Amino acid sequence: MTIVFWILAALTVAGALAAVTLRNTVHCALAVTTAFAGLALLFLQLDAQFAGFAQILVYIGAVAILVVFAILLTRGSETSEHGVFSPTWLAGLCIAAAVFALLGWAVLRSVNAIPQQVMAPAITVKDVGNALMTRYVLPLEIVALLLTAAMVGAVIVAMHEKGDVK
Amino acid sequence: MINALDQIFVLLKHWIVGFMPEALQPFVGIVLSVVAIVVVFPGLFALTTVLERKGLGRMQNRIGPNRTGPYGILQPVADGIKSLTKEDIVPVSADAVVHFLAPLVLVVVVFMGFSVLPMGRNMQLVDMDAGLLFFFAIGASTELSIFMAGWSSRNKYSLLGAMRAVAQMVSYEVPLLMSSVVVVMITGSLSLVKIVEAQNQYTWGLPHWYIFTPWGCAAFLMFAVAATAETNRSPFDLPEGESELVAGYFTEYSGFKFALFFLGEYLGMFSMSGLGTTLFLGGWSAPLAALNFVPSWIWFFSKVMLSICVLIWLRGTLPRLRQDQLMNFAWKFVLPMTLLNLLVAALWRFMGEGWLRWVVCSAILLGVYVVAGRTGMKRKHYGPRSYRYAE
Amino acid sequence: MTPLAGYLLVAALVFAIGLAGALTRRNAILVLIGIELMLNAANLNLIAFWRFGPHPEALTGVMFAVFSIAVAAAEAAVGLGLVISIYRHVRTADLDKMNRMKG
Repeated sequence: MTIVFWILAALTVAGALAAVTLRNTVHCALAVTTAFAGLALLFLQLDAQFAGFAQILVYIGAVAILVVFAILLTRGSETSEHGVFSPTWLAGLCIAAAVFALLGWAVLRSVNAIPQQVMAPAITVKDVGNALMTRYVLPLEIVALLLTAAMVGAVIVAMHEKGDVK
Repeated sequence: MINALDQIFVLLKHWIVGFMPEALQPFVGIVLSVVAIVVVFPGLFALTTVLERKGLGRMQNRIGPNRTGPYGILQPVADGIKSLTKEDIVPVSADAVVHFLAPLVLVVVVFMGFSVLPMGRNMQLVDMDAGLLFFFAIGASTELSIFMAGWSSRNKYSLLGAMRAVAQMVSYEVPLLMSSVVVVMITGSLSLVKIVEAQNQYTWGLPHWYIFTPWGCAAFLMFAVAATAETNRSPFDLPEGESELVAGYFTEYSGFKFALFFLGEYLGMFSMSGLGTTLFLGGWSAPLAALNFVPSWIWFFSKVMLSICVLIWLRGTLPRLRQDQLMNFAWKFVLPMTLLNLLVAALWRFMGEGWLRWVVCSAILLGVYVVAGRTGMKRKHYGPRSYRYAE
Repeated sequence: MTPLAGYLLVAALVFAIGLAGALTRRNAILVLIGIELMLNAANLNLIAFWRFGPHPEALTGVMFAVFSIAVAAAEAAVGLGLVISIYRHVRTADLDKMNRMKG
């Protein structure tokens, strides 16, 4: 449990907390980007280089920008008149706390029973590529199809319809 | 002796690190390399600002700056003093934290991109297994800082400039990646060091640079176009077009923060040129086998400066593209060409050695270029011009 | 507390925070941000188990996480497209106002 892990964990959790509690929506989007960056660094610490860089490329480079554009296009940066939390916020908070308690209890109870190795796996990107082309080729093709469908779908859903008030 | 001159910086670093205690040695080695990068590239930035202003001046039939020092050489010093001593104005309604962080994020992220470029034999900061992926991941993060700058200024011009810049960078990121993927496919590795080493071979004195193959030449041209758009340089500089948007997303920045943005933009240009050199122009390898006595880092920096000069030339020569023309070009022309280039490169690899593969690959690329250019980029046919007079 | 437990607890915490965000915020986009946080926490879980579990050379955890990243990106795109489309209709992104099917 090195100091780097604690710093990265603190960064990620702080970013996540800021993302759900801040008033200004754009600030929330930037905070969630920090959380994504913290998670990417945690992946890198776990020797999953490909996953870490893919996380930065996809989440920070694309999803965060999507979120920010959506906030701008829906005038989310203007302050709302009714407050930022819905009236049933207490129930949501209790449920989330209960979920965390359950997961935390499960982790602490069972983790000592699992044999854990601490040797870093010697994985290269070539191995990842090999695996993608041999064992995981079917999920790869399905994900490609899914991404194409999602792209076309998103464009059609968000397109201006004829006669729509701009 | 020749090898010593080639490796002079590496040997220097090992010598200095040798003085340190055992435990601190890797740390000191990395710090030394980082200091070298932080000193060399901003120095190159200073040189480039003079070069650009003099070059643009000459292209526009005027002399550039020539007051400060002989031939205006000390102009960056004057610019630096000016930027540092200007008052730092932050608009009252601006979002102070985000406004402050935006130039920092840009500069930090752009400096991180230099860590994987091999600037000479054994002269890269880190030899990452997934070096190219790291570089592109970092490049994707610069868009966020531009958005932060534009949004936090609470200025419609800045926001418009930022949104245009982000849309442009996102559109051209895909052709940039796809044209680099061809190189990765043929080399078989994402590590930039291995890509340069794969190009370091010579047949009959000519090098195996990827630009000298049909698919490599096409990929290099598309990479150049996409890199110019990624770094918001002319002819793709609508987001910062001075005649259109005041200064685009950095309208509200003054003094040192503006200098940081300027630095970040030029450093982005350097890192893109460095990447283009590494992927297509052979990195630090010499053009002819006979010229191997010249140190490798001289070749790398010469090629990067050559790319910078070409970028300055483009800026002085070409008119600016409109936003919709730019996006059309990216999605309807460059992206299909990059995908086709992947196929052509695969064909090249599997056809084996010989003249036939040159002919077939070149024919496919040229044919599709002409056909796609005619059909995909067809201009809308406008009718005869009509005038509306104020009655 | 073993390293694996540390990573799993961080993932559980981020998951709970994302869940709280998705359940309590009014703006539709912030709900989507909460969902993205939950997906990210699950990815961290996968990678942590891959690293500390048996047979890391089979790359199962990394592959699962990469596909999860791809699917999450697709889902974010479609979700945000939907939010923008709804905004055009009712001129608000406030979820508490979208409690009718008519419109």
